Formats: sequence, C-alpha cells, structure tokens
Amino acid sequence: MTSAETLRYTQETGDFSRLLADIPYAGTIGLLCDRFGDDLIFRLPRKKENLGNPILPAIHGGVIGGFMELSAAIYLMMSQESLRMPRIVDFSLDYLRAGLDRETYAECRLTRQGNRVANVMVTAWQKSRSQPIATARAHFLMED
Amino acid sequence: MNDSIRFDRVNRFIHTLEQVQALGIDVAEARENHLVLRLPYSEKIIGNPDSRIIHGGAITTLMDTASGSVIICALEDFELCPTLDLRVDYMRPAEPDEAVLARAETYRVTRNIIFTRCEAYQESHGQTIANCVATFMRIGREATPKAYRELITGGVE
Repeated sequence: MTSAETLRYTQETGDFSRLLADIPYAGTIGLLCDRFGDDLIFRLPRKKENLGNPILPAIHGGVIGGFMELSAAIYLMMSQESLRMPRIVDFSLDYLRAGLDRETYAECRLTRQGNRVANVMVTAWQKSRSQPIATARAHFLMED
Repeated sequence: MNDSIRFDRVNRFIHTLEQVQALGIDVAEARENHLVLRLPYSEKIIGNPDSRIIHGGAITTLMDTASGSVIICALEDFELCPTLDLRVDYMRPAEPDEAVLARAETYRVTRNIIFTRCEAYQESHGQTIANCVATFMRIGREATPKAYRELITGGVE
C-alpha cells in the first residue's frame, strides 16, 4: 500500500505527512506523528467530530481505540521497514481516565517480535505521560 | 418499556455522540437486551486505499458504541456507563462497499459492572468480521445530569 518511495522519504526525513495522506482513516480522526531520534510520538489534536460523551465532553472511546490501533500499526511498519500495513489480529484496551476534549498522545513499544506475529503495547496520555488515559496491547500478523 | 421506546432512546443517545454522527452510524434494531447498529461504508474510514478495506478503528468505534448503547436496552432507567475495557478479535476484513452491522447484548448486569458482548458482521455473506467483549462501570443514574437524561428519555422516565 505504501510505496517504497514514501517509506524511504518518511524514514529519511521523519516527515509522516505523505505516509499519513495514504491512510484516509488517519485523516478522518486527525492522527499525526512526530519523530524524535528513533522514537515516534503519535498525536491526536482536538477535534469536535472525535467526541463521544457530550457532558464531560470526552473523546469517543472508539476513537481513542482507533488512534492507538493505527499508531501501533504505523509504529510496527516503521520498525519493520515493511511496505505493507500489518494485519491486526486482536486488540485489548483498558480505559484508565476519561479522554477529555484536548490533544492526546501515544507511544508504542514492541513487546515481542516473532516470525509471523508481533505484540505491541500502546500508552495514551493527555496532561502527563505519568497519568495515562488508556493502555492497549495488540497482536499483528506480519505478511509479505 | 417497549421496543419503540428502546429504539428512540438509543437513537437519541447516539445522536449526541459527534463521532458516531461523523461516521453515519444508525440504529437497525432495538429490543430488550438486544441492539443492532449499522456502520455505512464510506471513503473516510478506509485504512488501506489499495484494498479499500475499512480500518479496524472504525469497527472498534462501531462495537464500542453498540456495546455501550445496548445497556439502554437492558436497563429500565437511562444511565451513562463509562467503558472500563474492551477487547476486539478481528476474524476477517470487512468487504468494501458494504455496511458493517454490530449486534450487542449484555450477558451479566451487576450493581457495579455490566458485561457485554458484540459481534460485527456483514449481511451479504453473514460471516463474522470481529467479536468484542467489554465491561462498563455503573456510576448510577444520578451521576448523569437530569437535563441529559430527559433528552435521551424524551422526558418519559
């Protein structure tokens, strides 16, 4: 799906705009990614259309899930230098605090990389990294 | 409470959720402890432009919404229940150009916690796209502002 050229460009420049432009769902929720050294920080800026609970108001839990799921897939794609989006097998999400109507961040960690299956942990936070709003883990199937 | 009240409550509830409106999710069926929501196919939820397959995130939003909203079909009084956790198993990718349906039920309701399960599927082939189990916390009817409760129940409690 991602062209070799886009992947090379993203890896060389740390500019994720071209890669993300190829993923319509990323644009729909407004996912962004920044690289600091080798680390990737995913960002979800405030967006009215992402809200669920109108009383708090809070970001829809499904959007937080989608943001973390897509972050994990992109993180894995970059760490594998793979041209294909890995296929998600399962996804388990714990909501720890309400995701308020503000910018949200996520970082990923590769817990285990097997030949065919990878396990990725994702943490999402808003105010402080030490107070996560959600943690998730996902299994992905690596295909060639 | 009858099915038409359940349908109206769920319908009013999901209309207050911006993301659910943005994705065009609507109510297909509402009965006692049974709810079906429909996610229409659209370009903006595609994860992979080559295969045109819907991103898992949109399926997660559909299933989270169906699991949370089936509670309205299971309880007499409307109360907002925050999601504690959610697990989704992806069985197969959804076929492009076709809506995805999510059928949800509660399978255990306690004073503090509600356990739900949900299946996402497509009508043309009837096969499961994803399964989801979730748990919700009950914070009580009074924790939800009266004005919002009335908005959902239409003032009829």
